[in-house]
Amino acid sequence: MPMARPEIESGVREVLCDALGVDADDVVPAARIKSDLGAESIDYLDIMFRLEKRFTTPDRPFKIAQGELFPENMLSDPTLVENGKVTDKGMTVLKERMPHVDFSTFEKDRNVANLSETFTVKSLIEFVERKLKA
Amino acid sequence: MRWMWIDAVTAFEPGHRMVAVKNVSLAEDHLHQHFPGRPIMPGSLMIEGFAQTAGILVGATEGFREKVILAKIARATIEQDVVPGQCIRYDASIERIDSAGASTRGTIERMDHRDGAWVRIGEVEMMFSHIDQNRAGVAFPEENFVFGENFRAILQASGLDRFLAKEPHGR
Repeated sequence: MPMARPEIESGVREVLCDALGVDADDVVPAARIKSDLGAESIDYLDIMFRLEKRFTTPDRPFKIAQGELFPENMLSDPTLVENGKVTDKGMTVLKERMPHVDFSTFEKDRNVANLSETFTVKSLIEFVERKLKA
Repeated sequence: MRWMWIDAVTAFEPGHRMVAVKNVSLAEDHLHQHFPGRPIMPGSLMIEGFAQTAGILVGATEGFREKVILAKIARATIEQDVVPGQCIRYDASIERIDSAGASTRGTIERMDHRDGAWVRIGEVEMMFSHIDQNRAGVAFPEENFVFGENFRAILQASGLDRFLAKEPHGR
């Protein structure tokens, strides 16, 4: 039986509390991983490893490939980012690779510097939910 | 030897686990400041000792070619003091490792020679970054400045020099 949404939510909350040392009360769906919860670069790797551990079951491993959860390496590609803005092609790739992220606000200015603002608690929950269903 | 907070590696399972010990001695200058008349091994230096143990373990996994940097102390608890004459043991294991970095965890134990028993006094969770693979794409010097002569000497003295790369300074 697939894991129910509340169980996924509490698993993600647990991971973020342990990785970032934040209070469970602050881990609300709209909270941004960087701006609201204070994640720094190494924390993304920590979050990834902890999600893997938390959602791996005896009969199913939960492995996250590099660039699957957060857009790594992609931002140095000149066809995807031009003058600090994500190109049309870049937007298509982002949406394709990261269906768990809501890019609607980001898409208005496409400034790469604001990309991290799109990663919220909700996007992590969606990521886990999609991956468990796949 | 400067800034080495382990004396010897006592167990090594490549890719999984490393155990190292440190003997705490009154001849160490820092103990006379911490604290005058009441020497206690600083907790911060025990965390450094654990980091050196876990860092060598992570570095050995890639033949010391990657520059392994302590990036995050996710958790560290030390519940009892260690004083001169006692011995510390760091037992570190790799939880997960990939091209970007590694997460490790383990214990800190203490042994008093009067009873010879090892007692767990702390737990640590720590992340290491392979800095040449950093997310920001920043370039670091070619030379592997992390695993220098001091680390080589420790591994050699512990009979583990077969794990050292032939050219530990280059990539």
